[in-house]
Amino acid sequence: MTPREQWIAYATIVIKEVTRFMRIWQQTLVPPAISTLLYFVIFGSLIGKRIGQMDGFDYMDFLVPGLILMAVINASYQNVVGSFFGAKWGKSIEELLVSPTPNSIILLAYVTGGVARGILVGLIVTGISLLFTDLNIYSLGILASVVILTAILFSLGGFINAIFAKTFDDVSIVPTFVLLPLTYLGGVFYSIHLLGEFWQQVSKVNPILYMVNAFRYGFLGISDVGLAFSYGMIVFFIVCFFALSLYLLTYSRGLRA
Amino acid sequence: MEYALKTTQLTKTYGNGVTALKGVDLAVPTGDFYALLGPNGAGKSTVIGILGSLVIKTSGRVEVFGVDIDANFPEAKSFLGVVPQEFNFNIFETPLQIVRNQAGYYGIDRSTALSQTEKYLTLLGLWDKRDEQAGQLSGGMKRRLMIARALVHEPRLLILDEPTAGVDIEIRRSMWGFLRQINRAGTTIILTTHYLEEAEHLCRNIGIIDRGALIENTSMRGLLRQLNLETYVLDLENHLESLPPALDGSARLIDPTTLEIDINREDNLNHFYDVLSANAIRVRSMRNKANRLEELFINLVGQAPAGDK
Repeated sequence: MTPREQWIAYATIVIKEVTRFMRIWQQTLVPPAISTLLYFVIFGSLIGKRIGQMDGFDYMDFLVPGLILMAVINASYQNVVGSFFGAKWGKSIEELLVSPTPNSIILLAYVTGGVARGILVGLIVTGISLLFTDLNIYSLGILASVVILTAILFSLGGFINAIFAKTFDDVSIVPTFVLLPLTYLGGVFYSIHLLGEFWQQVSKVNPILYMVNAFRYGFLGISDVGLAFSYGMIVFFIVCFFALSLYLLTYSRGLRA
Repeated sequence: MEYALKTTQLTKTYGNGVTALKGVDLAVPTGDFYALLGPNGAGKSTVIGILGSLVIKTSGRVEVFGVDIDANFPEAKSFLGVVPQEFNFNIFETPLQIVRNQAGYYGIDRSTALSQTEKYLTLLGLWDKRDEQAGQLSGGMKRRLMIARALVHEPRLLILDEPTAGVDIEIRRSMWGFLRQINRAGTTIILTTHYLEEAEHLCRNIGIIDRGALIENTSMRGLLRQLNLETYVLDLENHLESLPPALDGSARLIDPTTLEIDINREDNLNHFYDVLSANAIRVRSMRNKANRLEELFINLVGQAPAGDK
């Protein structure tokens, strides 16, 4: 395929993906808005007032970046795992596999779909947060880059999950038993400085901690960990996940006998 | 001679140890209408799966219009249109979306994709259904949708894996006409089917696969020439209670007004007419029974019925 033909194939898959999640907006866009609204009301407004300050900021201000990023992580992951596994389960993925579209283009297009939903959900959640607090932005560049890189990473994670999944139960195992604990323990709701030295070191093994802190740095200018190291971690995982996804797309027995 | 498809010692052993293909050498000339037959589990779908990259071959060489799939699979795939056995489209999408997107996967720009989609959905009688959910279409429409989808990028080689399964006779006949038309226009077609009459009517050449090996690869005419017997069906004017003794062994009474006779290719029919006249049996009409390929097929794969492996 020529580069132009590859671009057309890429755009076709992306348009299809975006159309899909916009068509079922009640399932893809509304639930994160409602759950985040509840987080803001319960943890931010009600409990947050009693907590006072966290790392020198109102608890609500501390909480907002983590909740936005948590919504982005879930949306991008869910989009790719749901869409790709659905196509695999219904065999419509064969439409793509028999075509000359290179595997790298298929992967990039699905990831773009996941990033698009992640960013859209992130914007919705950000809009909701404005009902509760005034957002101060320390660095728009850091915010944009972290949210995009994080969405890319978790879209790739969803893609890998979808390739390995054999049933719809397999699709929900990783989000429930891996993603949720890592997100909750990744500094969304608290600063790791509240933990003892040992648990601080344990927390630093969690890659989501670096993403949440880098994103919070974009809003507040504070972080529990080094910014450069955070970027390094995210990019490192993206490279690893991309290579693994491409390998699986080419050789996995889950797709090709 | 240029070949649309050429496989050399094509072998596939699945992860569970089952060897589906044992060194298959297949050669389908450009422009051919080729039947690939075999009992269930013989390896037909594995060959098609390898061509569509849904099955990874264990060894051997595959060339599509001279392009080795190991050297440039995307280019080889750009020549192919595949109509699989099972429905494999998103049932929540519309025919318009399904076919237009497929064109996009082949790098066809959106406006050209739309005109191609209209062309093939119209040719296959689905343009009126373009905005309905694909899952709501009838079985015959779903089959035609998959053919439209496979043709939208105008492939040089169209592979149809049992395209008329579960389709009523009227639609089947119209699909035959359509396939003949695109074959005449230059598209090479490979067809697998369980309706041997279909293969006999449509195809010029034939390959028979059994237990992963190609046991026959010849012209349809040449294969049918191997048959020594012709079977004719006679519709009788008068009721017949039993066969005249002179016809025992060479004829069967199907019902009181239907008689089947087997005639050796070297013999003539006069002897039978004499016997029928002598027994006051009056024949209203006679036709050749179209089961010739089926008979050969069963002989070749060494089993009857073909699907009970």
